[in-house]
Amino acid sequence: MTAEETSDARDRGDAEAVLSVRDLTVGFGSNIVLDKLNLDIFRGEILGFVGASGTGKSVLMRTVLRLLPRRSGSIKILGAEYDAVSEEERVELDMRLGVLFQHGALFSSLTVMENIQVPMREYLDLPQDLMDELARLKIELVGLAPEAAHKFPSELSGGMIKRAALARALALDPDLVFLDEPTSGLDPIGAAEFDELIAKLRDTLGLTVYMVTHDLDSLFSVCDRIAVLGQKRVLVEGTIEDMLAFDDEWVQAYFQGKRARSIVPQDKRPS
Amino acid sequence: MLEDLIDVTRSNAPTDADVEIEDGRADAGRVYRFSGDWRNRSAHAMAEKLSAMEGEAASGSVAFDFGDVTAMDTAGAWLIRRFMAKLSEGTDVQLAGDNPRYIELVGALPETLRAPSQDETKKPSLFERFFKPIGKAVISTWDDTVAAMYILGSAVRGAQLKLGRHSGLSPAAIVNQIDRMGVQAVPIITLMSFLIGAIIAQQGAFQLRYFGAELFVVDLVGILQLREIGVLLTAIMIAGRSGSAITAEIGSMKMREEIDALKVMGLSPVGILVFPRLVALTVILPLLTIIANFSALTGAAVVTWSYSGITFATFLARLQEAVDFSSVLAGMIKAPFMALIIGVVAAVEGLKVGGSAESLGKQVTSSVVKSIFVVILVDGLFAMFYAAIDF
Repeated sequence: MTAEETSDARDRGDAEAVLSVRDLTVGFGSNIVLDKLNLDIFRGEILGFVGASGTGKSVLMRTVLRLLPRRSGSIKILGAEYDAVSEEERVELDMRLGVLFQHGALFSSLTVMENIQVPMREYLDLPQDLMDELARLKIELVGLAPEAAHKFPSELSGGMIKRAALARALALDPDLVFLDEPTSGLDPIGAAEFDELIAKLRDTLGLTVYMVTHDLDSLFSVCDRIAVLGQKRVLVEGTIEDMLAFDDEWVQAYFQGKRARSIVPQDKRPS
Repeated sequence: MLEDLIDVTRSNAPTDADVEIEDGRADAGRVYRFSGDWRNRSAHAMAEKLSAMEGEAASGSVAFDFGDVTAMDTAGAWLIRRFMAKLSEGTDVQLAGDNPRYIELVGALPETLRAPSQDETKKPSLFERFFKPIGKAVISTWDDTVAAMYILGSAVRGAQLKLGRHSGLSPAAIVNQIDRMGVQAVPIITLMSFLIGAIIAQQGAFQLRYFGAELFVVDLVGILQLREIGVLLTAIMIAGRSGSAITAEIGSMKMREEIDALKVMGLSPVGILVFPRLVALTVILPLLTIIANFSALTGAAVVTWSYSGITFATFLARLQEAVDFSSVLAGMIKAPFMALIIGVVAAVEGLKVGGSAESLGKQVTSSVVKSIFVVILVDGLFAMFYAAIDF
């Protein structure tokens, strides 16, 4: 797959681009991390994002979330140019994004339930009992035991923290969810359950998911599309077949290495 | 439907969610027509509307029609699901609509939420509520004392335990701490002591003027500063400045399992982290006290000169008569004790930090409060001891 073909895919008219990044350049000092990067995510899809360590996956996600400044380029979220919108519209936009940070980033002085209620309390005018019910519903949806509601983050296991953080990210039913290595640190069964959960939530809630991951199982099982970051830009994006056919040393090693071989279905492997 | 606009959002954007009852012919049963934007914005108003409708008992079959729903999220779906569960006691609810996603969403939600198991603890009695905190305070004071002894002991012992590779003292760490806690504190200690000396001298001069004994202000400032105020205020300043830093450093290392990492390497965290800080504190506190004393006496000299016209030469001559070496010593002896108190209390509190950011803040606060309290307490004990031995 060449650059021209990917741009064709980008311009497809049938789907609405929820996030579109154009010519994004990000650097620190003299070090350019991302150079004229282009990326699109379409409504309802799960995009898996991979790349070697240090290629700027986290930098890209943090830049899109405006936690890092950018040199140039435009970022359009949910059809709105972020820099151009008014203060009020900006809050509206923030409400429609959910983020699961790598280590959960749950507020350590609040219980799980209070954590989930933070965005509800700030943005919605709901009575407390309805908020409690909605928080318990989210806890139920992400597969946590009801007892976890009144626990503090320091009392939770790694997998429970991920689930609780996902529940918080989903508190306002966002349109676009960013997941930073959601399955890292989970056992394979827990990771598979988490993948299923994300796919289920996508199907029922119509989420669009941007997932940074290194988990080959996740990439193969739930991601609709995969994008590879390398050489300061998106090296290739597309389905698993595109990845397997793409001629790049790192991509070849990643998708056809020893670890991948046991996961890639036989018929998809290039001979 | 349009006249039924309900303002529920904070941004005052009207939402047009609504539900209407439509009683069909006897055989068709009742149809609830849902319409508009069923998202969390309209949840509050719709929750009220639906709970008002719960009372109207339905007879026969019930159907929900989502034909006019424009958007729905889990909040809206949950309201409908809850309503459905309340209505459908005995009757079966049919879901209908053009968009299968809404039906699927409502269907995917659980009928009832599992409530967390209530632990049946009975309310504590008045007696218990009154005496429990007292008992807890006593126990924790005892625990703190034991922990302080443990830290003092293992700081000395732990620093020696390095399997004889080299001496337990790590000069680099100690010098680094001396720089951070001592050298960098010199400006603030100097300034503070200068002002304290000046203030005491000014007040003393005003009061002693009534007796025509203005010159004795030199005795007052000299003895007070050298025996009590110098070391006490320096210790309080260092407790606030460095004690809090020690607690925060050790506490955040505890939070991030760095303390455990040291332990499994076979190193004593107390020996590695606390010992250099304790040594540095015991070195710098006496030195800072000396600086503080000089600075305070300078402040006093300036003020007595400007308010009472006592020249520097007179000031020095009077100071020499009023103060002997034992006064200087009486103050200086206390400094290492106070340094140890600050360091040990800070380390004890730092090691008590749990998993949350809140507990870090709590322990830093209690570190500063406790070390200042103990420093003042010990100062009082020293004063009584000196009086008893006539020092």
